[in-house]
Amino acid sequence: MMTKTVAVIGGGPAGMEASKELAFNGFQVVLLESGARLGGHMNQWDRLFPNKRPAGEILESLYRNFPGSITVMTETNITSIGRNADRFILRTAGRDVIEADALLVCTGFRVFDAILKEEYGYGIYDNVITSVDLEQWFKEKRPVLTSHGRVPATVGFIHCVGSRDEKSGNLHCSKVCCVTAVKQAVELKEKLPEARIFCFYMDLRMFGLGYEELYKESQEKYRIQFIRGRLSEAFENMDGSLMAKVEDTLTAKPLRINLDLLVLMVGFLPSDGTAAIGSLLGLTFNPNGFLQPRDGHLQPHDTEQQGVFLAGSCKGPKNLEETLADARSAVLRIRQYLTN
Amino acid sequence: MYYIDYDPFVLPFTLGVLALLVMLFWKFFQWWDKLQPEDRIVIRTGLRSGKLLAILKEVFLESLIHRRMWKQNPLQGYMHMTFAFGWFMLILIGNVESRIHSGVEFNMPYYPIFFKFFLDSNEGLPFSKSFTFIMDFFLLLVLSGLVLAMFKRVNAKLYGMKKPAKPEAIDRIALTALWFIFPLRLLAESFTSAVTGTGGFLTGNLGEFLSGWLPARLLAYPAWWSYSVALSVFFVCMPFTRYMHIPAEVLLIYLRHLGFKPSKTYDFFSVVEVNSCPSCGVCVESCQLKSSLGHGNIVPAYFLRGLKKDREDMQAVNECMLCGRCQQVCPVGIHVNDIRIQRRDLLNKQVVFNYPYLPPPDHQKADVVYFAGCMTHLTPGIKRSVENILKAAGIHYLFLDKEGGICCGRPLQIAGLWDSARQLVESNQRLIRQSGARLLLTSCPICLKVFREEYDLRIPVMHHSQYLVQLIEAELINVAFSSREVSYHDPCELGRGCGIFEEPRQLISRIAGLQEITAGREKSLCCGGSLGGLSLSFQERKRLASDALKQLLAGQPDLLITACPLCKKTFQPLSPVGVMDIAEFLYTAMEQKTRTAQPEVLINCNETVAVL
Amino acid sequence: MPRWGYKIHEDRQVIWEEGDFSLVERIRLAEPSLCLCISCGTCASGCTAAQFTDFSLRRVIIQLQRGRIEEVRQEIDRCMLCGKCILTCPRGVNTRHLVLCIRKELSGDVLY
Ligand code: SF4
Ligand code: SF4
Ligand code: SF4
Ligand code: SF4
Ligand code: SF4
Repeated sequence: MMTKTVAVIGGGPAGMEASKELAFNGFQVVLLESGARLGGHMNQWDRLFPNKRPAGEILESLYRNFPGSITVMTETNITSIGRNADRFILRTAGRDVIEADALLVCTGFRVFDAILKEEYGYGIYDNVITSVDLEQWFKEKRPVLTSHGRVPATVGFIHCVGSRDEKSGNLHCSKVCCVTAVKQAVELKEKLPEARIFCFYMDLRMFGLGYEELYKESQEKYRIQFIRGRLSEAFENMDGSLMAKVEDTLTAKPLRINLDLLVLMVGFLPSDGTAAIGSLLGLTFNPNGFLQPRDGHLQPHDTEQQGVFLAGSCKGPKNLEETLADARSAVLRIRQYLTN
Repeated sequence: MYYIDYDPFVLPFTLGVLALLVMLFWKFFQWWDKLQPEDRIVIRTGLRSGKLLAILKEVFLESLIHRRMWKQNPLQGYMHMTFAFGWFMLILIGNVESRIHSGVEFNMPYYPIFFKFFLDSNEGLPFSKSFTFIMDFFLLLVLSGLVLAMFKRVNAKLYGMKKPAKPEAIDRIALTALWFIFPLRLLAESFTSAVTGTGGFLTGNLGEFLSGWLPARLLAYPAWWSYSVALSVFFVCMPFTRYMHIPAEVLLIYLRHLGFKPSKTYDFFSVVEVNSCPSCGVCVESCQLKSSLGHGNIVPAYFLRGLKKDREDMQAVNECMLCGRCQQVCPVGIHVNDIRIQRRDLLNKQVVFNYPYLPPPDHQKADVVYFAGCMTHLTPGIKRSVENILKAAGIHYLFLDKEGGICCGRPLQIAGLWDSARQLVESNQRLIRQSGARLLLTSCPICLKVFREEYDLRIPVMHHSQYLVQLIEAELINVAFSSREVSYHDPCELGRGCGIFEEPRQLISRIAGLQEITAGREKSLCCGGSLGGLSLSFQERKRLASDALKQLLAGQPDLLITACPLCKKTFQPLSPVGVMDIAEFLYTAMEQKTRTAQPEVLINCNETVAVL
Repeated sequence: MPRWGYKIHEDRQVIWEEGDFSLVERIRLAEPSLCLCISCGTCASGCTAAQFTDFSLRRVIIQLQRGRIEEVRQEIDRCMLCGKCILTCPRGVNTRHLVLCIRKELSGDVLY
């Protein structure tokens, strides 16, 4: 029997993990990535929740034992996907033609563009940053300072920016930003022991094992303040700090606070690749724009198109554990499909 | 010798006219009752006011010729003109003709209508040739309109409309009667002419032709009966149908010339306007609630008809966005937005909001007062750009609602809560006045409208798009032109609401290429975010916005520019291209973002700008 | 039921059975988005009226849903209907219309 080929689209954690497992299972693998390198969002991340493990460790493990037989094509954009009997024919912008017996879509997510939540002032006020910016600062070991070069005395984390917000066009919960906010708040407090740190939330969604523990630790050890109230808009003070007015819904009183730094917990959206590949293949999108598997419980990788499978966060917000597990389970499904 | 020509067939007509007159008097009496005493005096003395000529001229142009209808749609204008003008001339000339014939001052009312029946021959009748020709000519004119009208019912597309306003049962009866009147008159006169030879080029020839194969003498009498009955049916129905617009519009023109305007309450003038709507249907296709949501009942054609018949449609009152697109095309010029607000006022009669907590004014002074508006606080990009530009131009300004202010009152006003709004208006007015401002600047078209129309400020009030153009012209700021192509969305309240179409275009043309779109200027679409549409759901608003975006972005511009925080907020999450306010756009194009010129120069320039 | 010799003060608890739910039912018909509120407080946080007075639309909505009409009546007439909250509510509650409907019902104007 000829070796079957699987084209894996997207080289983030899901795509890498799946490619490795597919290769171990004896398949030919072509891994296509639109960016310059593999690893996806892991490349921008410093440490992971809930145990503050360095993201580099994960990347390292993904690269470890990476089979040389996998054809990796970076900076590759797929322009068309055709079909010839049971085989897929992929054409790229660089005029490469790739043939495959099965496709695994691992196109992942992007974060919400905080500029669209204009009332929070991202891109307008200097001391408003996003969770991604902050993580980048951590990664680059940049000191956390305000735009005027001062050490911030008060920092506010705003949950649900671009998630759970019909006005941003996204109804869904991004799932990971609550615990990310707590993680970043704790890390910040470690760096700035004098700072007072606040999380403004609607609901705290600590769904994973170890998350609630982190939340508890953040209260006990780091004295992070949790205020249940969603910000309507931020004002900039003369000194560049920000004035936030929220309703402290638990005391049912308006609360006014000056913050030196405002961190927006930007949500999880389907990546441009997810949208593009989904429409190239004619896949079903769920109302939030993520790809819809045939049956979320029983056929989580199958799609309406035979031979096209899904894995990772192109299907919706996932933490890293879920993403990797999903990739491995997709490999099992593909093996079953290709050997029968 | 004095005698009265009489035949029983004139009875239906005569009784019909009588019934019509009684109904008209009754209606008018009811309306009159709504009038303030001082307005009654104005109306009574109006006839002697010297405006009579102008009024008659407009009645002639609008009620008979239908000038505005011609402008909207020539074919429909012609149709309305033939009916109104043709019929009017038939009555007028018929009267003159019959009076010359009978030689008496007083004719029975039916006499001129059925003149040909009572006429044995044209002999000895002065100018009979000319009269018969003119009468036949006008009859032909009306008949040509009738053919078009019938055609319209069958094939409305020809008239540039997808569907005419759907008529109700009673309208249908009146319409049918109306359609029968003139063909029956034609037949009656032709048959009679075949016997008496009194017809002209139309009735005479047709009579001759028909008598060739029909018993004309026998058919003439039933034809006159039918003609009389058709007239009667029409007259009896008329006060209950859209044809009420004929007398109402004459009254409306009269009132408008006497200076009547829509007020804050549903009054005499409103009733006359409501009744002046002929259900022409011109407005039907302009409404986005119909095109995007399929809510066809909101448009004035149906909303006003409901009011006429005391069957108010609550959805039509509450859902309308007051975007003014329908009002813009209405050939009768009915102030539907005002009427809609007046109805809201009636439905909210017992609702009052109370603001005893409003703060007293403080004592900051400035030449230029900037009032961003509530919504603008949700678009800091706008207020930040305006501030930066003002600073760069060296303008001494006061940001009145820097950390949030009192609402301008317009949102309450359009919900029909003027009494509550007045409290806010007065508070803000005090604040602005005590600042000693010589110019009030705002970023919100909603505020602009109420500042201009309801505030007593005695200083110019400008939207930033107007002011920024002046700053450029006074060379207080310099801008660079870029090759970007943009499309501009006219916000409802700024464009149709305040008539500001040119300044934003002037401004944009200095910085980028401006694509003119079909739905621009007066025809601009509503973004869907309107505060007017009280009961619109968020999902409905989203659909309205996406449909509007499709048209705005048809030319694939690089950016969408608007001039209202609400429009920006509504479009932004749905637009595939960037959405910017005109102030932000200008700020990005400014060459020198900090001021270096001498302050003395500034003060002078400031004068020219601030004092307009 | 045993008597313990003391009585819980009324204001200390929401006694569900004592709530007046007729209002919320009528309002829900006129403005169905009422039930979408998640009490996040965004409306109250940016509220134009709340800058000057003790007013929270979030509180009004929750009191209404708990059937506590008196509390609703006490603060509802402070809203300026400015519409800021309609732009920020993450759940797409038609806040302005909701306030107007509540106000109409409480003052005896017919809703629909
Ligand atoms: S995880 Fe938390 S912050 Fe993120 S969207 Fe859900 S509730 Fe909001
Ligand atoms: S004002 Fe606008 S929304 Fe209202 S009926 Fe006219 S076109 Fe439709
Ligand atoms: S409101 Fe104006 S446009 Fe609409 S049907 Fe009446 S007259 Fe015609
Ligand atoms: S509409 Fe009323 S509740 Fe909403 S922000 Fe304005 S004043 Fe506050
Ligand atoms: S903003 Fe909306 S969801 Fe949040 S409390 Fe107000 S009405 Fe409820």
